[in-house]
Amino acid sequence: MGRYVPITPSEEREMLSAIGVDSLEALYESVPHDMLLKDGDLDLPAGKCELEVRADVTNLAEQNTRFRTVLRGAGAYRHFIPAAVGSVVRREELVTAYTPYQPEISQGILQSIFEYQTMICQLTGMDVSNASVYDGATAAAEATAMCKDRKRVKVYVSACVHPQVLEVVKTYSFGSNTDVIVVPAKDGRTDAEALTGLLGADAACFLLQQPNYFGQVENAEALGAIAHAAGAKFIMSVNPIAAALLPTPAECGADVAVGEGQPLGMPLSFGGPYLGFMAATNAMLRKLPGRIVGQTEDREGRRGYVLTLSAREQHIRREKASSNICSNEALCALTAAVYMAAMGPDGMEQAASLCTSKAHYLASQLQSEAKLPLLYEGEFFHEFVTACKPETAQAILDALEAKGILGGQPVEGGLLWCATELVTKTEMDQAISIVKEVCGQ
Amino acid sequence: MKLIFEQGGAGHCLSLLPECDVPVVRPSKVRAEKAPLPQVSETELVRHYRTLSKQVYGVNDGVYPLGSCTMKYNPKINEDMAALPGFTDVHPLQPDHTVQGCLGVLKEAETALCSITGMDRMTMQPAAGAHGEFTGLLLIKAYHRSRGDAARTKIIVPDSAHGTNPASAAMAGFTVVNIPSGPDGCVDVEALRKAVGPDTAGLMLTNPNTVGIFDKNILEITEIVHAAGGQCYYDGANLNAVMGVVRPGDMGFDVIHLNLHKTFSTPHGGGGPGSGPVGCKAHLAQFLPGPVVEAAGDGSLSLVQPEQSIGRVRTFQGNFLVAVRALCYLKTLGREGIPDASKHAVLNANYLMHLMKADYDMAYDVTCMHEFVMDLGHMKHETGVSAMDIAKGLLDLGIHPPTMYFPLIVHEALMVEPTETESKETLEEVAAIFHQLAVTAHTDPEALHNAPSKTPVSRLDEVAAARHPILRWS
Repeated sequence: MGRYVPITPSEEREMLSAIGVDSLEALYESVPHDMLLKDGDLDLPAGKCELEVRADVTNLAEQNTRFRTVLRGAGAYRHFIPAAVGSVVRREELVTAYTPYQPEISQGILQSIFEYQTMICQLTGMDVSNASVYDGATAAAEATAMCKDRKRVKVYVSACVHPQVLEVVKTYSFGSNTDVIVVPAKDGRTDAEALTGLLGADAACFLLQQPNYFGQVENAEALGAIAHAAGAKFIMSVNPIAAALLPTPAECGADVAVGEGQPLGMPLSFGGPYLGFMAATNAMLRKLPGRIVGQTEDREGRRGYVLTLSAREQHIRREKASSNICSNEALCALTAAVYMAAMGPDGMEQAASLCTSKAHYLASQLQSEAKLPLLYEGEFFHEFVTACKPETAQAILDALEAKGILGGQPVEGGLLWCATELVTKTEMDQAISIVKEVCGQ
Repeated sequence: MKLIFEQGGAGHCLSLLPECDVPVVRPSKVRAEKAPLPQVSETELVRHYRTLSKQVYGVNDGVYPLGSCTMKYNPKINEDMAALPGFTDVHPLQPDHTVQGCLGVLKEAETALCSITGMDRMTMQPAAGAHGEFTGLLLIKAYHRSRGDAARTKIIVPDSAHGTNPASAAMAGFTVVNIPSGPDGCVDVEALRKAVGPDTAGLMLTNPNTVGIFDKNILEITEIVHAAGGQCYYDGANLNAVMGVVRPGDMGFDVIHLNLHKTFSTPHGGGGPGSGPVGCKAHLAQFLPGPVVEAAGDGSLSLVQPEQSIGRVRTFQGNFLVAVRALCYLKTLGREGIPDASKHAVLNANYLMHLMKADYDMAYDVTCMHEFVMDLGHMKHETGVSAMDIAKGLLDLGIHPPTMYFPLIVHEALMVEPTETESKETLEEVAAIFHQLAVTAHTDPEALHNAPSKTPVSRLDEVAAARHPILRWS
């Protein structure tokens, strides 16, 4: 068996004798005897040495298909990750530290979170950010909880948000006994008229995704104005790469901006670890969940950083806390910060521009060459839906998979495609010719 | 230290992305100005984060006896395996037949963790312990609802519980009933008997509890709750004392969460990512967040939606790479190593407690499990030196302090959890340093009030930070 216990049998005897017991088992005298597991009760394989574990787990990794070209997003995006990002976030003192409860020996982590909070504000235009939550969906769910008060209790969500985000908001609302009303879509975007009609005096908030699940660019400012006119808060869930180019949540009038931070330097990793970012206006600050780092001074007047505003949090407020969150995604927040600093204002904009340009090329070629029409006519960013029957969609995906290409995500009415800066014109041309063949063009 | 925003400037950048090889398209509406992010060169960037990382203390920097946090060593093989491109470069929405390895990781980890905890099914979706608590409580809520038993609206929580317990119960829509602990730090069985009733949805409990004691009445406790129609929730924060020794499932618990980032050796990352799998007995499995991994007759794995799922609590399959690390740990230790680790965690805690007894009062002077709580009330009264002062004194001597002022039922608490991955020699060094501080408390208390003095900053003004929040650079 493998073992990380550095105590030898003779040391063990010395220690037991010092404590005054004669065996390790005697330490468990307070456990009811017949509850203790006997030899053979624990149904686990025998332990392995490092070489065997490496072989075993590598074998599991090799059972997965790695696609050479990825034309699928739908909430998880394969982007270029600068080498500097990995080299920073693999540093073992950062990886193996706990939440910075002792600020005097944790200034590095605290300052990195303070910088992350700043960069999230710079990206979204919002006033304040927290230190992260679990992912984009839980960020959206936490944001809806922030907006409720005694009179305003209902949560409105666009039908065009990611279906898994909507599902998580509903699960959280099952917990808090909150009504969730889905605002219908029209032509792949949120139906503004329906929103106006639905919002009542008990509306707490309206949650919009930008660009939405179908890749469409919503008229966020107008939808936000409708929410505000009804006295509801406006929450925007934004893609952080698109946010480098599109009008900011602040410019669109959002009260809370959230999103999935994975595109900011995190690999796909079959879904996680990812990062939920959350930013808000100053007015909403004290309702933000989770850790927040603030600047202060030490006794000599030197600048330093601490976890702050903890009167919102579970360890102080217990059942009256703004959220139960304790551990968050600190190392992912650091990843996002290093990524944004590496990219800078120009790099972020360039990545966004490459994504939308390539997606438009892919869309136009799928239309003109493979005769796959777009399902929705509106403006899109780096994702779009082509219309086709489910059996055609499957045939396209199978043919692409055979050539190492992950095609669009199946959605109602067709396939949801995505292009990022990682995809070259050559790769797209190859995919297009395969699709063309399947479609008999 | 300079902030990254105070370095570099216009024109400083990295060379990362190519020219566009297709016609450039601009959105019809764009933001007024580019995001005003830092502008630094690669040298400036790397040196900046190198500077920051020197002002951080991790498990690999030294001993970390932070009670309730199980800061054990994070094995290197786990990191290597979690970095395999066969895991990192897999899209979460790939078809099942292309992700058999990932589903295999989830299934193997589920099976092993169910064996260790005595549960029937488990989900890896929750991203942290508190997230797991919330998930588990929703299972209890869905269970009572499915039986038409909507009147069960109360969750009982002992006053020694982690703050997340009542906070999670409130988020799950329950009313929290706090019950006092007995003088031995354990559940006051009579108080529990009085608290349960037809409105009881369940009880949340940590065992061993937050003072490091295994509650010997555990079967009676879970029976009282079950007899009243409630469900029993096990907070797995302290599982490191008992894995492979005794199982929550055998103690009478219906639903549990684990902290892979505590018990199963995955790193904390300065506050996450963690992973908080939720396990349950068969009668709750149909409510688990979907989808879960199921094996077909031919051994192939697929993602399947449980019948009456409460719905997702997170996108995709949770913090998958954390599960990879935990699986490496489970495979390494195996059936002999799992109980061996827990027994040595308990041995180390008792040995350290034994060494420290001469200088410090123990809140509960009995054989402890994986951690123990010291009560510095007497020391503070005698010398004016508080638990906080001792903690800050440790910073100057190169040790991460124990957890301070928790649990709340001990006023000047320091909660010590050495874990099994520290050597006898290290424990003796820790005890010697604590001894040195106890001496200083009597000879020069002022020095401890002013500690730390060797760290990059001295004590920081937390009151000012909260009163005049500066939460971003501008």
